[in-house]
Amino acid sequence: MQAFTAMTGLVAPLDRVNVDTDQIIPKQFLKTIKRTGLREGLFYDWRKQKDGSQDPTFFLNQPQFQGATILLTRDNFGCGSSREHAPWALLDQGFRCVIASSFADIFYNNCFQNGILPVVLKADEVLAMMNDCLATPGYRLTVDLGNQTVTTPDGVRSCFEIDPFRKDCLFRGLDAIGLTLQHEASITTYETRRRTEAPWLFTDLRYDQGGAR
Amino acid sequence: MAAQTLFDKIWDSHVVRAEPDGTTLLYIDRQLVHEVTSPQAFEGLKLSGRRPRRPGATLAVPDHNVPTTDRTVAIADPLSAKQIQTLEENCRDFDITLFDMNDIRQGVVHVIGPEQGFTLPGTTIVCGDSHTSTHGAFGALAFGIGTSEVEHVLATQCLVQKRPKTMEVRIEGTLSNFCSAKDIILAIIGKIGTAGGTGYVIEYTGSAIRALSMEGRMTLCNMSIEGGARAGMVAPDETTIAYIKGRPLAPKGELFEQAVNAWRQLKTDANATYDMTVTMRAEDIAPQVSWGTNPGMVTGIDQRVPDPRTIADENQRQATTRALEYMGLLPNIPMTDIKIDTVFIGSCTNSRIEDLRLAANLAKGKRVATGVRAMVVPGSGLVKQQAEQEGLDRLFKEAGFEWREAGCSMCLAMNADVLQPGERCASTSNRNFEGRQGAGGRTHLVSPAMAVAAAIEGHFVDIRTWK
Repeated sequence: MQAFTAMTGLVAPLDRVNVDTDQIIPKQFLKTIKRTGLREGLFYDWRKQKDGSQDPTFFLNQPQFQGATILLTRDNFGCGSSREHAPWALLDQGFRCVIASSFADIFYNNCFQNGILPVVLKADEVLAMMNDCLATPGYRLTVDLGNQTVTTPDGVRSCFEIDPFRKDCLFRGLDAIGLTLQHEASITTYETRRRTEAPWLFTDLRYDQGGAR
Repeated sequence: MAAQTLFDKIWDSHVVRAEPDGTTLLYIDRQLVHEVTSPQAFEGLKLSGRRPRRPGATLAVPDHNVPTTDRTVAIADPLSAKQIQTLEENCRDFDITLFDMNDIRQGVVHVIGPEQGFTLPGTTIVCGDSHTSTHGAFGALAFGIGTSEVEHVLATQCLVQKRPKTMEVRIEGTLSNFCSAKDIILAIIGKIGTAGGTGYVIEYTGSAIRALSMEGRMTLCNMSIEGGARAGMVAPDETTIAYIKGRPLAPKGELFEQAVNAWRQLKTDANATYDMTVTMRAEDIAPQVSWGTNPGMVTGIDQRVPDPRTIADENQRQATTRALEYMGLLPNIPMTDIKIDTVFIGSCTNSRIEDLRLAANLAKGKRVATGVRAMVVPGSGLVKQQAEQEGLDRLFKEAGFEWREAGCSMCLAMNADVLQPGERCASTSNRNFEGRQGAGGRTHLVSPAMAVAAAIEGHFVDIRTWK
């Protein structure tokens, strides 16, 4: 996973609440067996007008937001389906950071698995940035994970909270599975104890009598 | 020991190690796998040279992409076919049990887990699917994860987690005639909103919950995620134990007795507290119909479509206006005036035998309205088989419903079962997001009983007074 330390980037505004992962990437793009190449499906239905042509008012179709690396949006971003294709598509489009007033749990978690920093700011801070972004061509923000700050072009600095463990993993680009496997001995100890306490949880589903095979 | 909630008991018994900051390595007893969210996880294992830690703790099934028509014919969509074939190859390579498309036990992942006795009280269960919350109906801690975490659980049988908060949703009283678990959960989401449960695990309590069958509890817990909660749960009781007993993967003999003794301890202690409590009276819950583009945009059948002009909050007003525009609805019209052209009875929310029995008996001797296409998609091959043994398929077909093979089908329309732009569907599924059932399609979430009545009349009706 790519590490995230600090970045300054062009901001794309998505001024909507409750953006669900079905909108971020519709179902027809979930048939892939790869993590890459999902940019084509990002906000697919919202990019088009009723007649199928590109909607010139949608930010992804506007030249001034090409090359954006920070997505700015509102409450409850990423609700609904657990599809990790949503952060994959955002990443494929070039987004490394999503700033919102709140996120849905699964999407928030999925971002960290892919080197994307999800930043939660207060609703009034997001609103102010949204207004400035919509009014200012080339609006850029600086996001500093180490110091947990977002800084506007005017120098206004907002602080954000982040879980220390997640921060560390993202900051250093650590392999989450590798980290867990360092605790292999603890897992084995747990399993040994648990096997005595609750042996019915350790029947092998592959060979269980009357079971699957 | 301090008084504990059901959640506390399950969480604590699964802690492998906890860091001082609360970061916990949580043991995962079981994982369900389907074709859409697993290929990249298996690819990750291959690339890193890792093997599943306990292949015998995992069960795989294709459900999202499978056709609900004749299974002897090859899948028309090459991408769907490839994804299903990839699941088969991965299960073979990693020695994981698979119920393939032609197996009678194939079905929607959240239907087959409970049906097989895979889902047990007190366990931690995950799946790369947000509706994994369904399994909480058995007093399990069950939640959806992304594909990277699917790989993580395959490789380590663990997940790194922070302890969520707990929310009690207490429903006391008796439901009105023909009101169901679906109406309870839609009413709850209408009350707390789609983000109301974010960061929480819900425990459903109260006399109305105790009175629900296992099917009803699954419907309830299934939609916890639509209220933002990753998991919802109901404490196991004699209803739970009776349901599990004798299922293929459930413990047998002495092991079963031992398990039952443990399961009887799985309830919230009298003095335990939750971080938040929401209460409702069952009598106050009318049959629910969603009018908007998220499951929180819902109201009683005896109400009207909301009027954005009366909404004070600007965000709410804008969202409502946008939703009504997408849904093609005018403000203030009675919900019973909304005409539909499609009916979908199915999905991990409402496709179990009890749902089909109720729906078939309501359809008995009636006819689907002219111009309405109505389809029934059983949750699994075994549900389908049982329904056919009971003659339910005949009742549906005589009334003009299509009777199909098991799968996710029009709940998310990844297969060929898709709404056309502008079509309006009464659906027993769980999401009414824009385009969920097909680009431009319009979804109204309802219970199976409400869906049947809408199919027969061509518009929504109040099932409580429907003749």
